[in-house]
Amino acid sequence: MNNRNLVGLLFMLPAGVLLLVFLTYPLGLGVWLGLTDVKVGRPGQFVGLENYGWLFDDAVFWLSVFNTFLYTVVASIIKFALGLWLAILLNNHMPFKAFLRAIVLLPFIVPTVLSALAFWWIYDSQDSVLSWVLIEAGLIDETIDFLGDPNNARASVIAANIWRGIPFVAITLLAGLQTIPQSLYEAATIDGATEWQRFRKITLPLLTPIIAVVMTFSVLFTFTDFQLIWVMTRGGPVNATHLMATLSYQRAIVGGSLGEGAAIATAMIPFLLAAILFSYFGLQNRKWQQGGRDD
Amino acid sequence: MTHSTKINHVEVEMRRYTRRQTIKTLGAMAGAAMVPSGMLAAARAFAEESPWKPEPGASIRMLRWKRFVASEGEATEALLKAFSEATGVKIRLDSEGFEDLRPKAAVAASIGSGPDIIWTIHADPHLYPNAMLDVTDVANHLGSKHGGWYPIAENYSTRDGKWISLPYTFSGNFLNYRISQMKAAGFDTFPDNTDDFLTLMLELKKAGTPGGFALGNASGDGNCWAHWVLWSHGGKMVDANDNLVLNSPETVAGLEYVAKLGKAFIPGVASWLDGHNNKAFLQGACSVTNNGISIYAAAQREGLTEIAEDMDHAYWPTGPAGVPTEFHVQFPMTVYNHTKYPNACKALLAWLMEAEQYSKFLESSVGYLSHTLTEYDNNPVWEADPKRKVFKDTTLRSRSFAHEGSLGYAAASVFADFIVVNMVAEAALGSKTPEQAAADAHKRAERYYKI
Repeated sequence: MNNRNLVGLLFMLPAGVLLLVFLTYPLGLGVWLGLTDVKVGRPGQFVGLENYGWLFDDAVFWLSVFNTFLYTVVASIIKFALGLWLAILLNNHMPFKAFLRAIVLLPFIVPTVLSALAFWWIYDSQDSVLSWVLIEAGLIDETIDFLGDPNNARASVIAANIWRGIPFVAITLLAGLQTIPQSLYEAATIDGATEWQRFRKITLPLLTPIIAVVMTFSVLFTFTDFQLIWVMTRGGPVNATHLMATLSYQRAIVGGSLGEGAAIATAMIPFLLAAILFSYFGLQNRKWQQGGRDD
Repeated sequence: MTHSTKINHVEVEMRRYTRRQTIKTLGAMAGAAMVPSGMLAAARAFAEESPWKPEPGASIRMLRWKRFVASEGEATEALLKAFSEATGVKIRLDSEGFEDLRPKAAVAASIGSGPDIIWTIHADPHLYPNAMLDVTDVANHLGSKHGGWYPIAENYSTRDGKWISLPYTFSGNFLNYRISQMKAAGFDTFPDNTDDFLTLMLELKKAGTPGGFALGNASGDGNCWAHWVLWSHGGKMVDANDNLVLNSPETVAGLEYVAKLGKAFIPGVASWLDGHNNKAFLQGACSVTNNGISIYAAAQREGLTEIAEDMDHAYWPTGPAGVPTEFHVQFPMTVYNHTKYPNACKALLAWLMEAEQYSKFLESSVGYLSHTLTEYDNNPVWEADPKRKVFKDTTLRSRSFAHEGSLGYAAASVFADFIVVNMVAEAALGSKTPEQAAADAHKRAERYYKI
């Protein structure tokens, strides 16, 4: 028995080492850096929680926390709603099904930086195509200041993130939808269930595990988004769209304050953990999945 | 465009070149770029009499920022190649966008290995001065031979009496304006003081031909113009002893001024990054903005003759401070302590900054980049086109971004965090009162200039 355990451990060793070297070490290093005043190119000293103390009093940091939450919550909810809707539509039989499904994936395939550049033009302050269409249609008189007004800017970057994130949600949920046996729907139809009842009582419960996984990833991607913001606004106007990730980069790499940047990045971890735990316990761990009954 | 701390023209260039890195080994390009025989002869002659004899078998790895004028990139490569052929020193040149270059330079400094020479930006050598080779001898040699260095160039490159880098060049950032629209607004020449400048901007707005300045996190144009606002009215981040003095009546006066000026701006400036004003100006939508010579160069290159002919450049107007208060970006050459071939590196840099070679550099830069040795005021490049003229005085008129304190981590961090840009933007957009904007920016800067 002892021997078998030893062999088991040995077999696990390579994976364990990989995890340690490529996941635990960088993460641990990041947390450690956050406790020092290390600068790019200069070793630092342990300063305890000083970085966090400064951040606590830093209005820009709190603004970035607010922005990150707003960005994540709004974008994730809309991505989920639209993604699910799209998945259900694509799950129907229709002509050119494969082609349409491939098209839906497009925003996901285009490199983020390229799509960010495209949005940069769409939201341009002088010759935005959106403003142009609305002006030509006689609906507005002057160009919309998409990225110049703080609230417009937030809405604009969220819209870009949604556009980019929907395919992931839609395609994954579509895969989930296809695992639901057709016979359940047939039985429900015979029992006289309406479309809404079928969705509510069959689709949604059976899709929950997939939703949990998809939304966990979607929230993680959104929370840690960087490229879209960096290309479109650099966190402006006046920090209105700075996310924790962009602020961390600006301070650590551009500004050279690695310690402070690491502290900002570390400050994201509790929120990310909370998001994971919420979806894990809240959505995934249902008794019926283990053959029990939900009460 | 995707990354990099950049000055305006870099932005334009990067949109075209999305590859993160181009590595060129000069030896491999032998067929591509022929070295003119004159250049080679000059290099041979220099090698004979140079005070620095390259070590036998020397080879140099050089890293530079990704060029933003193709002709300058080619000219510099040709120069390196000529030096290589004349001296037998092998040179490998890599290039990198600023946002990748700067951390790489810092890492090379901290681990003591990497490129021998890095052509970098701003005052970065002051962040790791101990990793820099002392190039005082080269600086003195060049300075005494070519009329001396401009004071700001010396300020940027010296630390504790030692030269830790060579101030190779500055990139000018001046006012770009449409001549006809300025005249229509009632001015025959571009205003040289802040009051007249305000009047001009308001008149232009009234006439339906407004100008505009970037208020987004634009690291080049935004920083250049925001520092001018602050300094023109006598405000400054720190005094000569690095005491934080940002929240002052002078700063507030500058912000009150920009609050009035901001009303004259074209809509949308709040989101402008470095490239937006170029585009708006070239479209004829913007009558006045601040930029390097790239708008003019693009107008010429792209056949927008009407705009090229109707535009000119001007110094920044002088404000209550009574002296020029401009900020232009510096690009120093740095040699690392860890190089095995210090003499080869010194010989190369000394050679590059000699009149004949440097002249090729200036000519190929067509005004984007300006000289740091006063003798090169006489270079024909500054007479070739009258619209280039103000760029001659780039280095003369520039202050360091740390003004008037010392260059180092605090100044670099405050600069990178857009504290001055954000403060000016808040006042210009009216989202905060000048007093509030100054107080908040002061508080943000305390983080770095610890009290």
